[in-house]
Amino acid sequence: MPLSWALFASFLLAIAGYLVGRSRAFSAAGPDIRKLHSRPTYHGFLVGLAAFLPAVVVIAIASLLRMSGVIMAEAGPVVGLVALAAAVVGLGWGITRIGVDFHARNTVERIVLGILIFCSLIAIATTAGIVLSLLFETGKFFQIYDWKTFFFGTEWTPRFQGNSQLGILPLLWGTLYISLIALIVSVPIGLFAAIYMSEYASKRVRGIAKPAIEILAGIPTIVYGLFALVTVGPMLRDYFAQPMGWGNSGSSVLTAGLVMGIMLIPFVSSLSDDIINAVPQSLRDGALGLGSTPSETIRKVVLPAALPGVVGAVLLAASRAIGETMIVVLGAGASARMDLNPFEAMTTITVKIVSQLTGDSDFNSPETLVAFALGLTLFVITLVLNVVALYIVRKYREQYE
Amino acid sequence: MTDMPMPRSGTASAAKSSLMVADANTRRRNAAEKRFRLYGATAIGVALLALVVLLFTIVRDGSGAFRQTYLAIPVQLNAEVLDPKGNRNPEEMAKVLTLSYGKVLDAAVEAAVVRENIQIQGLTEKQISGLISKEASAQVRHRVLANPDLIGQMIDVDVLANGRVDGFFKGRVSMESAANDKNTSPEQLMLAQELRDRGLMVTRFNWNFLTNPDASDQRPEAAGVGIAILGSLYMMLVVLLLAVPIGVGASIYLEEFAPKNKWTDIIEVNISNLAAVPSIVFGILGLAAFINFAGLPQSAPIVGGLVLTLMTLPTIIISTRAALKAVPPSIRDAALGVGASKMQSVFHHVLPLAMPGILTGTIIGLAQALGETAPLLLIGMVAFVKNYPAAPPEGLFDPASALPVQVYNWTQRSDPAFIERASGAIIVLLIFLFCMNLLAIYLRRKFERRW
Repeated sequence: MPLSWALFASFLLAIAGYLVGRSRAFSAAGPDIRKLHSRPTYHGFLVGLAAFLPAVVVIAIASLLRMSGVIMAEAGPVVGLVALAAAVVGLGWGITRIGVDFHARNTVERIVLGILIFCSLIAIATTAGIVLSLLFETGKFFQIYDWKTFFFGTEWTPRFQGNSQLGILPLLWGTLYISLIALIVSVPIGLFAAIYMSEYASKRVRGIAKPAIEILAGIPTIVYGLFALVTVGPMLRDYFAQPMGWGNSGSSVLTAGLVMGIMLIPFVSSLSDDIINAVPQSLRDGALGLGSTPSETIRKVVLPAALPGVVGAVLLAASRAIGETMIVVLGAGASARMDLNPFEAMTTITVKIVSQLTGDSDFNSPETLVAFALGLTLFVITLVLNVVALYIVRKYREQYE
Repeated sequence: MTDMPMPRSGTASAAKSSLMVADANTRRRNAAEKRFRLYGATAIGVALLALVVLLFTIVRDGSGAFRQTYLAIPVQLNAEVLDPKGNRNPEEMAKVLTLSYGKVLDAAVEAAVVRENIQIQGLTEKQISGLISKEASAQVRHRVLANPDLIGQMIDVDVLANGRVDGFFKGRVSMESAANDKNTSPEQLMLAQELRDRGLMVTRFNWNFLTNPDASDQRPEAAGVGIAILGSLYMMLVVLLLAVPIGVGASIYLEEFAPKNKWTDIIEVNISNLAAVPSIVFGILGLAAFINFAGLPQSAPIVGGLVLTLMTLPTIIISTRAALKAVPPSIRDAALGVGASKMQSVFHHVLPLAMPGILTGTIIGLAQALGETAPLLLIGMVAFVKNYPAAPPEGLFDPASALPVQVYNWTQRSDPAFIERASGAIIVLLIFLFCMNLLAIYLRRKFERRW
């Protein structure tokens, strides 16, 4: 990798530039260092940056050109040399600027501010990248596949020979069904856990229960996925589905929903905890003073006051559930169907994104490109949920501030 | 709600109203209170139970991966088979395939059975040679090629036992299940038991699980997480080198320098939304931008690292901003008051004071990235990788696996022995995560300052 070596060499050059710049500044100042406008280290930094930044810019531009195919990968050594030359030129320029009146600090600070702004623009670039790549590939998809069939088709049968039926509705149904079960599990448990911890629990109980529930939040989703596949799925099948004759599939909507519910408990409980704590103590004191029991206070005063926040929390949890991948990949199965029986295997948008994009895929066939359309749909759904939820939560906070 | 005392039937003592005796309504309300508390306690109990069951099943299923059964036998390395030309030239010897070594090993196992005088009804030759792993011949070949002088000698080797035999000693395979299994048989297991009683077959701690590469479908006993750990470490390296400076830089700008205007508002809303984008969407971005557009290689840790960088950036930015916000304004005012520039006040005073919080947030972001699976599936990290990647920076472009993806990969195999491996890999992953979180908690406890 000549590029990484060029980068490393120009970094060494920058360090050398720093040392040279600093000592030149000292000698320029003569015996009285106060004559310098900026402290010698700033002169050093300026020379260092003047050497390093041009090299980085050259390498970045070269990489971009290589990505867009203007220059070949074999041009690496040439690019490395150009980058080094740029570093040397920058170094020379920096050294000539050193002098008593040179405002090195201001220049360095302006450069650093520019770098900081560049860093914060990367977040914007990420979003733009997501949106552009999704839109671009989805556009290609809709050129070769009818959008009405995609959004309103009730059949999902991709065939790699072509002539596939790619309707999103069965996937959407599976996604919503599993998310609903996950919410039915996690919202009451999470909410009650939060209520108990903030209103009833002794300090000792809270000291144990709160971190323990937070451990659940730190466990990676692949672990939950394996748990669904190995433990929960077979258990539901052997003890409920098969004896009752409801189905005999290890992976089912209920498996994925239950495990995802467990995953969401800490999420719901920590959000509700914040929200319940934001309800002013005066409301509680008022209710208790009128003779309500603590549970009446919570049910009739605290919860109604916290309701918007709780709704926001539920929406955020729903968005997490809809975008969750590994639990459904391992727990929900792969057959696209619209059924009410929770013991049947169904599939979700995320599962199909994974299955259409892993393995050898041809990026011109609708069977592969459909994954981008699914991704865009997922992105839009979660984005809308998040925006609404954040709006509600923010409004609610303002109410008590 | 009326609190009028109500006439009650039944006990005589309740006939007249008294403050000392609860009336029906109060009792009802108190019962509701108790029920409500019970619901809360139950909810916490359910959450804790789920945690305990989850961890218990993972440890129960996965602990087996850390123990492995080996067969210790002497092997006669027959020179005629293993070095037909007889000149001990490693290049020519490399032409001898593992198949020949397999024959040598089979003979050694049979000899051991005869020597120990083990007699089992209906035991076939195939069952005897099937006792050892298919990987064993490769093991011996590797050892001989490294040291050609061994040829012609009698050496003692510890070869891997077959996955089913190994499973038998770990309780995963029983005589009943073996009867219906075409890969093993009760006779073979009886033989294994005999060998174990005589001390030839031992189950011991399995360091190889941590260092071996992945193995093919037929030989779960040889599969390890070596490449996966390495791949995960490489990706963490990329994340650390990119996400931390960029995240901290962005937070400093947004928190300390950004003017309050439309642009910075957009950036802020953008970051909080990015934090909630499903991880798989980042995988799609990685596939479209880094692999299809930029032409980076599939399954390379650099691509995984870049995707995880973009994914952890919002987490790091949010926690870094919180840490910067926690530094009181008086510090900034004091610095500005004695003549520091804005930039100096931030880099000389605010940033060092916010460091513990930034570190904690960074470690938690890294832990999140370490456990992430979905985006890595899309950029081809599920591929079967048998060769270790080179040292960085070149190694960042070599194909590698990652711990969570390795787990997923193993769940897709047909042999149930891979479930044990998958759970074992999860234990390794959880240990890493545990250590990282412990470090974060330690840093927070040690350096956190309340103003």
